[in-house]
Amino acid sequence: MTIKLAKWINKGTPWIWFNAGAVAISIVMVIGLLLLLAVRGLSHFWPHDVMRANYAPPTTSPELQVTQVIGEFVESETIPAIQIASSGIPVDETQESYRRDLLKLGNRDVTGADFIWVLNDFVSDIEYPANLITLERREWGNFYGFITEVRENGNAVASSNPEQPGDDTAWNAFNVRLQRALSIYDQIFEIENDEIGQINYQMERLRLRERRLEIDGENTPEAIAAINADRAELDEQYEGFQLQLVELYESVNRDTAVFQAANEAQLEIDLADVVLAYRPNQMGFFAKIGAYGHKLGEFLTDEPREANTEGGIFPAIFGTVMMVMLMSVFVTPFGVVAAVYLREYAKQGIITRTIRIAVNNLAGVPSIVYGVFGLGFFIYILGGEIDQLFYPEALPAPTFGTPGLLWASLTLALLTVPVVIVATEEGLARIPRSVREGSLALGATKFETLWRVVLPMASPAMMTGLILAVARAAGEVAPLMLVGVVKLAPSLPLDGNYPYLHLEQKFMHLGFHIYDVGFQSPNIEAARPLVFATALLLVIVIAILNLTAVALRNHLREKYKALDV
Amino acid sequence: MVTESNSNSPPLSAIANVEDESRLDLASDKIRFRRKLRHLYDRSANILIAAGGIGVIVAILLIFLYLFYEVIPLFGGAEFHEGSQLQVSTGDSGQALHLAIEEQAEIAMRLDNAGNIVFFGMEDGALVSQVALDIPADFTISTFALDTESNGVFSLGSTDGRAIVASYTYETTFSPVDNQRIITPAIEYPFGDDAFTLFEGASLSAMALRSSDDTLLLSGTNEEGAISLLRISQQQSLLSAFGLGGNSGGNIEVETAQIDVVSLNTQQMFIDADQRWLFVIGENGLARLMDVRAGFNGVVDNFEIEAFITENAVQHTAVRFLLGGISLLVADESGTVAQWFLVRAEEGFSLEKIREFSLADRPIVALSPEQRRKNFVAADDAGNFAIFNTTSNRKVIESRLSDSAPANFAISPRGDALLVEWPDGNFQTWEVENEHPEVSWGALWNKVWYESYAEPEYIWQSSASTNEFEPKYSLVPLSFGTLKAAFYAMLLAAPLAICGAIFTGYFMAPAMRRKVKPLVELMEALPTVVLGFLAGLWLAPFVENNLLGIFSMLIILPISILLASLVWIQLPRNFRHSIPEGWEAAILIPVILIFGYFSFVIAGPLENIFFDGDLRIYLTNDLGISYDQRNALVVGFAMGFAVIPTIFSIAEDAIFTVPKQLTYGSLALGATPWQSLYRVVLPTASPGIFSALMIGLGRAVGETMIVLMATGNTPIMDANIFEGMRTLAANIAVEIPESEVDSTHYRILFLAALVLFMFTFVFNTLAEIIRQRLRTKYSTI
Repeated sequence: MTIKLAKWINKGTPWIWFNAGAVAISIVMVIGLLLLLAVRGLSHFWPHDVMRANYAPPTTSPELQVTQVIGEFVESETIPAIQIASSGIPVDETQESYRRDLLKLGNRDVTGADFIWVLNDFVSDIEYPANLITLERREWGNFYGFITEVRENGNAVASSNPEQPGDDTAWNAFNVRLQRALSIYDQIFEIENDEIGQINYQMERLRLRERRLEIDGENTPEAIAAINADRAELDEQYEGFQLQLVELYESVNRDTAVFQAANEAQLEIDLADVVLAYRPNQMGFFAKIGAYGHKLGEFLTDEPREANTEGGIFPAIFGTVMMVMLMSVFVTPFGVVAAVYLREYAKQGIITRTIRIAVNNLAGVPSIVYGVFGLGFFIYILGGEIDQLFYPEALPAPTFGTPGLLWASLTLALLTVPVVIVATEEGLARIPRSVREGSLALGATKFETLWRVVLPMASPAMMTGLILAVARAAGEVAPLMLVGVVKLAPSLPLDGNYPYLHLEQKFMHLGFHIYDVGFQSPNIEAARPLVFATALLLVIVIAILNLTAVALRNHLREKYKALDV
Repeated sequence: MVTESNSNSPPLSAIANVEDESRLDLASDKIRFRRKLRHLYDRSANILIAAGGIGVIVAILLIFLYLFYEVIPLFGGAEFHEGSQLQVSTGDSGQALHLAIEEQAEIAMRLDNAGNIVFFGMEDGALVSQVALDIPADFTISTFALDTESNGVFSLGSTDGRAIVASYTYETTFSPVDNQRIITPAIEYPFGDDAFTLFEGASLSAMALRSSDDTLLLSGTNEEGAISLLRISQQQSLLSAFGLGGNSGGNIEVETAQIDVVSLNTQQMFIDADQRWLFVIGENGLARLMDVRAGFNGVVDNFEIEAFITENAVQHTAVRFLLGGISLLVADESGTVAQWFLVRAEEGFSLEKIREFSLADRPIVALSPEQRRKNFVAADDAGNFAIFNTTSNRKVIESRLSDSAPANFAISPRGDALLVEWPDGNFQTWEVENEHPEVSWGALWNKVWYESYAEPEYIWQSSASTNEFEPKYSLVPLSFGTLKAAFYAMLLAAPLAICGAIFTGYFMAPAMRRKVKPLVELMEALPTVVLGFLAGLWLAPFVENNLLGIFSMLIILPISILLASLVWIQLPRNFRHSIPEGWEAAILIPVILIFGYFSFVIAGPLENIFFDGDLRIYLTNDLGISYDQRNALVVGFAMGFAVIPTIFSIAEDAIFTVPKQLTYGSLALGATPWQSLYRVVLPTASPGIFSALMIGLGRAVGETMIVLMATGNTPIMDANIFEGMRTLAANIAVEIPESEVDSTHYRILFLAALVLFMFTFVFNTLAEIIRQRLRTKYSTI
């Protein structure tokens, strides 16, 4: 035994194990983080059961105050008794610790706060009534309660007794009418956003055209008349849509339903305010999966609601993709040309080596520095010039002299160009000399060799570089905060209005969305699951991009290993 | 791929011709043309690629140059550009009491000792308007006092103890015809046009006044040394609130303070901006202060504070308040200007000399403070003019503008124009270019004694709501925060990453290594915004609730690893051999999970025993250590996580690529694997590991999102691990969107970016050079 121990120490085994421990800790940290994101992010969409219980917290007053709570269980934790006692709740301090549960009560319009911490020991009569309804609303967050009545123009058309779980008359009537309200709402949305948005956009263009004519001194009466004619036409269209809207609103506001929340509070809710309604306690596993899929789809394809804390993140996904695509358009040719120049054309010597080191190190320069450069140089200097030259009619409102999609893509292109250069150079370096020489020996010029032989062979390396660049750009937020993202963009940078692609517009971005919703929103507790889901999505996208790049690179190495022999 | 033939390409078609005609006609027009064309393509490609490549590299260099370009003006000095000589027909009205310039520096005003005000153009000296002040018939002006240049309120005292209060204002309108700016000067009487009586029949020898929106403190002294103090308040009537009441305002109410002290030979008086202290400057530079508020609540019978503001029998020549009404500037005959302000002492206040500025060695004749910045202009009797900034303790410019003393001068509100009246009654203007007087090396990196502070300090506070604010641009707290965050991050990352790299690069089984490497690469690719969000919203509350658990983990995990290794060698040989060597890390994963969980479980009972149940509360209540939820510990974890893969990859690369024959040699000589690692591999790879650490540090220093989200972003200087910090990078992200383009603040943020850029660039370059050398070294072995 002692010999073993001495040998153990002499061989340095403990040190080896310590080193192994460092690897193990790192692995646990990465996987733990991914799991945390996955669990928190994905559970957000699961239709959780809603419980009803009585809560009687300990008080110093002689009367016990019992309140009814209806809500979803969120999480629980164990905390020391004295910590509770120090916050003024008279608990038994001889008991070491208490379990405390976080419940999501929803009903922000009824109770004020939509989350509550309850001490588990004082919760009683927990039950899961089958007819409890979860409503997702356009305003005020979720609602939990029982339906009692459905009304049309204020007159009851169906009613149920909340204490009779089997009584579905009101619920069925409600569902039918909800489908109708949703479809009308879709029409309203289309008119408000697409049609009227388009008219507003054209009106603005007319105003700018008029101003431009004025600046150029070409504001002849005929030109002005033509503009006014267009404007009159647009006004007329606008009036038409306005009338339609009034009609649709009247029709969508026809139905309401009366609900009973916790502590018998009655609430009348417009059906127009409801996005989704379900009875989680009654749903089977597969029904829940269905609802899960529905909510997940909504998350990916819908607009955000309630200051980004609910609804979907489609504009953020779209903005990220647009920005990354534009960036690729800038970064690929420049990165490849620079790499080709450095590897194939420049004289190899101390200067190219210095440049190579400098380029390599640019990848390590803090991204915020690129943001500062983009803001100062692209936006204030270049953008300001462009505005003076091409958009004088909009001044003093800046067109390109303000953060926007174009500048964000350019800034990120600058940030990621070293990645593409390095990867392409590596690819070029791996192509055996013999291949080039063969081509040259056959009489091809240097350019022909490059174009027909070298570049096609190096294309997977370029692809790798591009993918890595895209992955880096998609996750970068700090520079974007200075050069173009906003928390809520009124329209997508690509739409049906001429010139279709709006390079000067600000856009939404997944990474910034996480920062903004997580740290700037007033109701962080409610927004948290959504942020987890967004973060998970971002990580998945970036992980896939990276793994693709790694796979491509490995494939490439294998291939040239064969060529080398 | 290479053999893929293309029948359209010229060489192949030429060959085809050879076969057909069995004679190669290289001189045929077609082929010659083609050859020329190919040559042309090749040449133009050469040029294009070179141009493109160099262009991209230049564009990257441009970042560096551009940052410099934005920063350099900060350290430039100021310039005087001679403007025009003005002949102003001021009448024969006598000596000037006051000279001032309007906001746009288009119009200047001159008040003389007969009570006439002349407004004239700064361009050509043309008369804009001439106003005689509304003074009573028997009123002979004996003294003048100005509140501030910004509000234009002034007072004239008479030989019979009365004073009138007036102000000069400008109204800007735009011409309906051509949209030209029209500035119309006017004289107003904000506290009524009646004279206030300070003394019955005695001549006023010095006065001071200070006004706020609707109250005015007016103080005067006479030859007998008596001091009189009035508080004049104006009840805003509805009419005057809407600007309809004309000059007379609402009801005027006058209170008189009870002052029972005598101050003989008073030369000047001042009231500070808070309307609290009355400064009385007497002979030999004796400054005496009284608390005037006491005078309205009871009787003031002594001066609370006394100090000599000049030394060694040097006479003071001019005294003025600096912008903000806190600092007193005292100029003397030896050519120096001293800044004094009240500093909170152990008991009450004391008047302290903060810093000194020297012009030339001639007596200074007058001072004029700017209205936006803490700048002032001083001129001496030899015609030397200089602009000083108090915060940066800097003489921005000194220039001899004439050979004689100026009779009077004024600096424009924006500090961009200087107007001088010469003794012969002529005027001259100078354009002043003085963009960034607030910046000096000392203001950025040394302790600075800011106004109203008890002692010199390092402070970053870039903006406030008022014009009178003294911006505090010390980069020290930000640099400190940056290094603090980087330090705690490296504390976690360096051991984990290097130990991990050693194991992965040297001991780990290849099969496991192939799985670990992509995992680390994935870790490197995790967006920092996700890490920052987790740190701020998940980790920070978790750490706060489980503080002891975190610390006990630091002890328990190493012990558990040791235990695991001990237990492992006791296991039956057969079982041990069923798992190949190099999989220790995988064996340890469950150990770490179990013991990690265990540390949180035992933390509860431990806390009850040692820390009254809650370490977090114990820290603040019993030890007095302040605790922020988002603190350096949280940042250390999150940023450490971000830095680990960077260090790991490079260090692992360095260790793994150590030539195998070195290891084999060492092993063959009988060394254990650990010995060969420790004595052979590590020394060889150490430059690589060092460069990994440097690159990791560079990343930690420049990281923005994690610090932004996981700290409170307060620029404090405290090494406490439980408090937050603000880093250079986060500061840029927070402040640059709001800063005005090309302002001092904007350029200082660019300076911060340049510092970050240089820091990381230098570190990375060093690291890169070390790595390259290592690579050549390996390749020669």
